[in-house]
Amino acid sequence: MSGEVIVFLLLSSTAILGGILMLNLKKVIHMLLAVVLTFLSLAGLYVMLSAEFVAAVQILIYSGAVTIVMIFGIMLTKHQAKEEKNKNPLRTTLVGLGIVVFFVTIYLAIRNLYFGQEATALHVNNTEQIGIKIFSYYVIPFELVSIVLLVALMGAVVLAKGEEGDEK
Amino acid sequence: MSSVPLQAYLIVALILFCIGLFGALTKRNTIIVLICIELMLNAVNLNLVAFSKFGASANITGQVFSLFTITIAAAEVAVGMAILIAFYRNKRTVNIDEMNTLKE
Repeated sequence: MSGEVIVFLLLSSTAILGGILMLNLKKVIHMLLAVVLTFLSLAGLYVMLSAEFVAAVQILIYSGAVTIVMIFGIMLTKHQAKEEKNKNPLRTTLVGLGIVVFFVTIYLAIRNLYFGQEATALHVNNTEQIGIKIFSYYVIPFELVSIVLLVALMGAVVLAKGEEGDEK
Repeated sequence: MSSVPLQAYLIVALILFCIGLFGALTKRNTIIVLICIELMLNAVNLNLVAFSKFGASANITGQVFSLFTITIAAAEVAVGMAILIAFYRNKRTVNIDEMNTLKE
């Protein structure tokens, strides 16, 4: 067993462990921290796939920004919130059953997937390659994404500000 | 030659997606549902990055796409949190099964 396999097993089991903890913990803030564990180990998996820039962005955006926004959301609403027992076991069973069917279907589809060659030059000047690709082939999507971000920013401010004369 | 095959990454992403889907459909707290959606988007990102290394015409495009996905996910979280806070201001609850004002 080579070192790469060991690192992969460690990172992927931490990622799945974070997800399972998220489903089973009681307090909302603990669930959020479990998901941060998943995000960090996914960043490690990105490094293994020679995507260093995406890994850095993952840590910055997900483990940083998204988590902080979520924590603000938790603290501004019910910060003592606990996930109470699910009162609808039938729905849980049905959803679980459906997801097992989905898992088996997709697993059978990807079990024998093989494309032959693999990219070997991705890790050489990774950020430079991404920059060249974005600014020479994907300029219009890039600008559209910036407009989406602007609209989301304004929409979030307008939605969260509330209506006039609503001060309590 | 990498010793970890493509299928391993795809299966990890599939398990994460299933966990996220299960949480999004069964949890009652809206914040947790948002987090589960983020988890599903992350699983898809892992697929994109894995295909950018092992895909049929493997090149850097997959990583560019995953950057776009991360951006959209960040915008989605901001808007979702704003909606959640506006809802909490009106109804003093974050339970998703009490979000039925449009039905009444």
